[in-house]
Amino acid sequence: MRPGTPAVASAAVTEPAEPPLIHASSLTKRFDDFTAVDGIDFEVRRGEAFGFLGANGAGKSSTMRMIGCVSERTDGELQVLGLDPRGHGTDIRGRIGVVPQEDNLDTELTVWDNLLIYGRYFDLPRDVIRRRAEELLEFAQLTERKHDRVDPLSGGMKRRLTIARALMNRPELILLDEPTTGLDPQARHLLWERLYQLKREGATLVLTTHYLDEAEQLCDRLVIMDRARIVAAGSPRALIDAHATREVVELRFATSDARDDAALALEQDAAGARVEALAERVLVYTDDTDHTMGRVDALITPPASVLVRRSTLEDVYLMITGRTLDE
Amino acid sequence: MTATRSGVLRVVEREAQIFKSLWRGPVILSFITPVMFLAGMGVGLGGMVDDGTGGSGAGASDLGGLDYLSFVTPGLLVASAMQVAAGESLWPVMAGKKWMRTYHAMVATPLDARHVFGGLIVWSGVRAAMSGAAFLLVAAILGGVPSPWAPLALLASVGCAMAVSSLVATFAVGQESDQSFAVLMRIGIIPLFLFSGTFFPVEQLPDAVEPFAAVSPLWHAAELARGATTGHIEALEVLLHSLALVGFFVVGWWWGTRRFTRELQT
Repeated sequence: MRPGTPAVASAAVTEPAEPPLIHASSLTKRFDDFTAVDGIDFEVRRGEAFGFLGANGAGKSSTMRMIGCVSERTDGELQVLGLDPRGHGTDIRGRIGVVPQEDNLDTELTVWDNLLIYGRYFDLPRDVIRRRAEELLEFAQLTERKHDRVDPLSGGMKRRLTIARALMNRPELILLDEPTTGLDPQARHLLWERLYQLKREGATLVLTTHYLDEAEQLCDRLVIMDRARIVAAGSPRALIDAHATREVVELRFATSDARDDAALALEQDAAGARVEALAERVLVYTDDTDHTMGRVDALITPPASVLVRRSTLEDVYLMITGRTLDE
Repeated sequence: MTATRSGVLRVVEREAQIFKSLWRGPVILSFITPVMFLAGMGVGLGGMVDDGTGGSGAGASDLGGLDYLSFVTPGLLVASAMQVAAGESLWPVMAGKKWMRTYHAMVATPLDARHVFGGLIVWSGVRAAMSGAAFLLVAAILGGVPSPWAPLALLASVGCAMAVSSLVATFAVGQESDQSFAVLMRIGIIPLFLFSGTFFPVEQLPDAVEPFAAVSPLWHAAELARGATTGHIEALEVLLHSLALVGFFVVGWWWGTRRFTRELQT
């Protein structure tokens, strides 16, 4: 099941009529003797939400920094909004919105002043900035905190302000690097809602994440990055269909010995297409759940709990990279 | 070039906005402190110095015929400009680069590292002009500013601030923590503060040390400022000291744009 050669994004779907907003081929970033991004190819089309999924250090942020024209590529080709970041960095940056991994707001200033100052970086006239700032505060549900300093705001509010700020220049393309990392579940859902709204209004989103549920919820298409390369590409559904089985049987055991014995037995019994022993559970990937359950019932030490579920992106990631994302 | 200028201006606007929201602290540091020095050293100590030399004795001739208050006023003016500039170019740079990452927010917009660096330097100049003007006014009331050319001393003050800022910010942006900042203040800024012809003429320094005044931007600025507040300076001196300040700035700018770009845009 593990593919020998990485799939390539540009080969995935039919050619669109409109030129892509981002086009990358053999895109490479090296720092001295370390290769952060190793010859990746992908395209992002207008109006889609495109994701880079991968563990920390897979090369997602380096890719985003090249797209955002703050880091020059070492090799390969890159076009953003039809322009080459080499020589057009300023123009491109003026037309995109960037939500960085770590909030970089002016925390000693008010919410309002943060928007005002940021708008000025784009050389926008003050009355335009004020009008947009009012709208964006509504959008980010921060109108009531308008005159408050940023410092004491919650993590979710700061994130929403960072997103609002990134929209000041009405960007054609919005880059979000790990948009919900470090937020509690409630704040994450509120943020997702805001991102859905942007998507509905036709925005093009490019985001990185190491949360599979986030990738599954938000992305029309995504690529999985592992060790500086793209190892799979497609829609979440297509990736699951292509790389994972229909269902997964998750087993938990009282002891680690019982888990290891069971994993071995299930493997020998060919209980499923693949058996994966993780830290706390054994996963059996199967297209024939009845057969698998029969093998599970035959185990000498029965599992403490059994869960049958549909495959998710997490399984795709595990199948392809051999690791879970939080490892 | 127009884009560069407006970019620098955008960064200055941001600094001004931050200053507006927390001006009390900086104002106390950059204005009240030199005024206290002026009162303590210029008026208090100066009264003793002038009396001890009988006004026209050896001491007064060392000060070029000036009373001590008139001598120390321009020195304090540029010395406080240097301190303001150094302060603005150390911790705020670390905050922008690392603690708050606000510089990274700037370079994600049409601004780039040169604008961030340039804005910071210009802002140091603005701060020096603001606190310097207030300081000069107080000094004039106390009688430490004999010449009507005195407002030109602000130019020296701004030049000093910008030269110092370009060098200090270049140092700061290459650091990974503020550990070395206090050290730089103690072994760099304070010795310059004391020995650059601010409180006494550099001729008083040991002969072996005296030539080193030439590598102090503060000494050049102090000479220029003193020329303006007293009205006594040769045209050639104005030219040479001005060139020296410009030279410090050019070195700082050349080196700093590279370091800022490397830190923020790689």
